[in-house]
Amino acid sequence: MLLIPCPYCGPRPEIEFTHGGEAHLIRPAPPAAVDEDTWSQFLYMRTNLKGAHAERWRHARGCGKFFNALRDTSTDHFIAVYKTGEPRPA
Amino acid sequence: MSKQSFSALSLFWRGLSRHRGWRQQWRKPDPEPQYDAVIVGGGGHGLGAAYYLAKEHGLGHIAVLEKGWIGGGNTGRNTTIIRSNYLFNESAALYDHSLKMWENLSQALDYNVMFSPRGVMMLAHTIHDIQVIKRHVHANRCNGVDNEWLEPAAAKAFCPPLNIDSNIRYPVLGAALQRRGGTARHDAVAWGYARAADELGVDIIENCEVTGIRRDASGAVAGVETTRGYIQSKKIGVSAAGHTSVILQLAGVRLPLESFPLQALVSEPVKPIFPCVVMSNTIHAYISQSDKGELVIGAGTDAYTSYTQRGALHINMHTLDAVCELFPTFRRLAVLRNWGGIVDVTPDRSPIIAKTPVPGLYVNCGWGTGGFKATPGAAHLFAWTMARDEPHPINAPFSIERFRDGVLIDEAAAAAVAH
Repeated sequence: MLLIPCPYCGPRPEIEFTHGGEAHLIRPAPPAAVDEDTWSQFLYMRTNLKGAHAERWRHARGCGKFFNALRDTSTDHFIAVYKTGEPRPA
Repeated sequence: MSKQSFSALSLFWRGLSRHRGWRQQWRKPDPEPQYDAVIVGGGGHGLGAAYYLAKEHGLGHIAVLEKGWIGGGNTGRNTTIIRSNYLFNESAALYDHSLKMWENLSQALDYNVMFSPRGVMMLAHTIHDIQVIKRHVHANRCNGVDNEWLEPAAAKAFCPPLNIDSNIRYPVLGAALQRRGGTARHDAVAWGYARAADELGVDIIENCEVTGIRRDASGAVAGVETTRGYIQSKKIGVSAAGHTSVILQLAGVRLPLESFPLQALVSEPVKPIFPCVVMSNTIHAYISQSDKGELVIGAGTDAYTSYTQRGALHINMHTLDAVCELFPTFRRLAVLRNWGGIVDVTPDRSPIIAKTPVPGLYVNCGWGTGGFKATPGAAHLFAWTMARDEPHPINAPFSIERFRDGVLIDEAAAAAVAH
């Protein structure tokens, strides 16, 4: 089980969290002007990176807040966590 | 290499000379600089595709590139369940195509893949389950796929260890039974395809990781960079399961895939006690008994994307809770080992067997947690798609463009569970 460092509560066990998928996906706008290729990129296509991957987590059974994490998907090691809205750490 | 066929007679005959006359079943060639077609991924799907390309489409010069050893990925890690009781017409056609090929695979390959149609039973625990499962039964029968509804007593008669007590947390209210479903020996599938493909001249190249995809001036594929040198080919088929996104990124293609660890475990071996396959989507348990005697138990996927081939213990515990309640007899068995594999999951839980936007580059992926059952069918259809540069009518709906066009084949919603 992963120990996930919530930026608000500190390290907590994985079962307190829900995974929110790839981070920094920006919803295209305005909806009526967006073509179907752009919609399918936003809705379905994913980077699915092997390596340092930026993803969303929610401390659902804790503080309830969303945050972002940079995790190496080849080792599951958390490289950094940061608050929603902050830029991805280098 | 001349064929060394397998039969009771040949076994007896070799036995007379203390089994010293058996040859290695496939060569270990070094890669050549150029091939007519290259398959990336030496699992059952990839080896099978190479076999059908050579056997049915007459391609002479084919290589299968495998990063590790053949059958060492998800082919060697799954729980070997074979069934075709999917809801939608497109899925039923695809999976039943595969199931029909399983029925004759040992004969076709002259290799005993130990296909055992012992019956796959899916349990219903709630009123909602009953409705969903009966809908599946009716839809399957309309599509010519066998499936039948069993009341709890009939389910217990078919699978005696099953606990049908009404006072358990998730009582068994009935079950759907696909009698043609069952299991097969996963390693034998990889080895059987490898042996048969090698006999037709396919080069199976292990320890050869693809590190780049080169394209020509028109944008079409020209070859692959590998850890064993550059290999030229104008047809490249990627059949790399959980690592498909990683390979396709080399050609700049994004796919609707996310890779998750899926875990499984086996108990210590015991005498034959479990006559069929039982699945429960609601409480998430998959169980059968291997011919070695181990109870083979499929657990769930972890919550996060990962390429680590391992997962958290609480996922297995959740499944074992369900198994121990449904089969109280198994509570005292020890778990022998557990492991994980990386599965590539699509948003609609249906696979992709298709051309990509890059000419000459094809992909067979997105099988998620249920690719083993499709091995012969997927390999056959993938070979067709690569050879003719157009999909077979069965796999035409399983394109990448279905996500753009909104024609999903939503088995995720149909089953409400990974499968």
